[in-house]
Amino acid sequence: MFAPAPFLLKDVSVSQVMIQVCVALIPGIAAYASLVGPAILVQLVIATLAALIAEAVMLKVRGKPLALFLTDGSAIVTAWLIALTFPPLAPWWLVVTGTVFAIVVAKQLYGGLGQNPFNPAMVAFAICIVAFPALMSQWPSVGLQLSLIEQMNIILGWAPRVDALSGATPLDAMKTALKLGDGSFDVATLLANQDIYGNFAGRGWEWVAAGYLLGGLWLWHRKLITWHVPLAFIASLTLVSGALWLYNPAQFASPLFHILSGGAMLGAFFIATDPVSGCTTPRGKLIFGAGCGLLAYIIRVFGGYPDGVAFAVLLMNLSAPVIDLLTQPPVFGMKDKA
Amino acid sequence: MISRDEFRTIAGNGIWKQNTSIAQILGLCPLLAVTTNAVNGVMLSLATILVMAISNLAVASLRNFIPHEIRIPVFILIVAALVTVVDLLFNANLHELYLVLGIFIPLIVTNCIVLARVEAFANKNPPLQSTFDGIFMGVGMLWTLALLGAMREMLGNGTILGGIDMVFPSLQPIQVLPESYPGFLLALLPPGAFILLGCMIAWKNWMDARAAERNKLKPPTPVATAGCS
Repeated sequence: MFAPAPFLLKDVSVSQVMIQVCVALIPGIAAYASLVGPAILVQLVIATLAALIAEAVMLKVRGKPLALFLTDGSAIVTAWLIALTFPPLAPWWLVVTGTVFAIVVAKQLYGGLGQNPFNPAMVAFAICIVAFPALMSQWPSVGLQLSLIEQMNIILGWAPRVDALSGATPLDAMKTALKLGDGSFDVATLLANQDIYGNFAGRGWEWVAAGYLLGGLWLWHRKLITWHVPLAFIASLTLVSGALWLYNPAQFASPLFHILSGGAMLGAFFIATDPVSGCTTPRGKLIFGAGCGLLAYIIRVFGGYPDGVAFAVLLMNLSAPVIDLLTQPPVFGMKDKA
Repeated sequence: MISRDEFRTIAGNGIWKQNTSIAQILGLCPLLAVTTNAVNGVMLSLATILVMAISNLAVASLRNFIPHEIRIPVFILIVAALVTVVDLLFNANLHELYLVLGIFIPLIVTNCIVLARVEAFANKNPPLQSTFDGIFMGVGMLWTLALLGAMREMLGNGTILGGIDMVFPSLQPIQVLPESYPGFLLALLPPGAFILLGCMIAWKNWMDARAAERNKLKPPTPVATAGCS
């Protein structure tokens, strides 16, 4: 399996790619904002500012041209992905810590855009969930209606963090209930609770996932990503969750629930498709995506963290160089590997 | 005896140029494990200094009698005997700290810093020089571990001198950051130690590069590094 001719591509600049990625995120962001209110927009602004400042300082220290690299938009994409994966009412310094760590350590210390072995946004998520596990697991309860001012006060730390903020994600709530282990909960009764769950997955969250799917498909249509990673990601997540669901539907949620929950859609289309930290060969991309889906399922269902996408992507980032090495397509004219 | 120049070279090598933690990158295992605050780092370093000074002295005195072929087992025997003494001393006099440092005191035996100095220096040099080498290698380790420990506990807990009450019961840790500081747990975990150690190594290389530039000399060839437990 290799990319067929013609090999001519449009000459697309990095900033054009990054702008289109941001545009593709908009449907998901719109659904997210209608679910949790304008807080997410505040977080996007905070993360963007923190990323740009951190990037500018690091470029200055490293003696690189500021204007060229600041305007390439890669820091903004990282910042947006961080804001979208963090709890929307997290205190401002949590998002800033994650963003600064992503830009300074995960990106610039490794040599800047194109040199980072790990996806910076996922490094930020992993760092913060290890360092601040409580804050990173506090999601606003569904249906919590707060005005922009109230949300701003909570994010900036001017108002106390009320109990209504300490909900779990639908994914986490289901895992915790199922893990109680006395068998009193099964998936069907949990899903019948329409306060948290909608038709397929978390109430409202399924539309966020649909928004990401829409944006992801547009990216594919624009040929900014190939189909390999998202398809392999979703297929492996579907296969493994489907197999366990068929085996015991009372204890394991359906594939549809898993695809539309947590960071699966965002991960499949926007995070695992990162051209820098992921695989580059077509067969490698398939293995990379499938590995992400499988690991994400294992971590989110059997592990201790609310979601597994971030750790799955980081683990596959680690394996990407070897996968690329082993899946090099044959050189033209050679029967076997060169 | 020892000349002034010789002494300065030995001291300079131990404290900066061949610093065990940020130039030779030796002894990473205790470094990662105990530097969750400055006090632990300092106390482990003091134990290591004691072991290194005496073992260097012993090996240097005996160097003409130790058969070359079995020198490593002999070194280990000497070091192990000394470490046992230190271990029992800590257990008797600083029991709380002994519980914190735990396995890392007995493990000084296998610390490659000790064996490396015995093999590379004490085995070839007279007793006085060797003793100073042991002390200053330990001092180099002491200040790096103290600095690393202080940074980690400040970032992680917002305090400095945490655990000082285990050594001097009359003293209390100092809260330097406001009480509301949430604590950056990562700094206290091994990844935090790796990241901060990396920053310290970069800082040393940067200082050396600047010094070399100022002296209009070629930068010194890097010391061959080999990490181990």
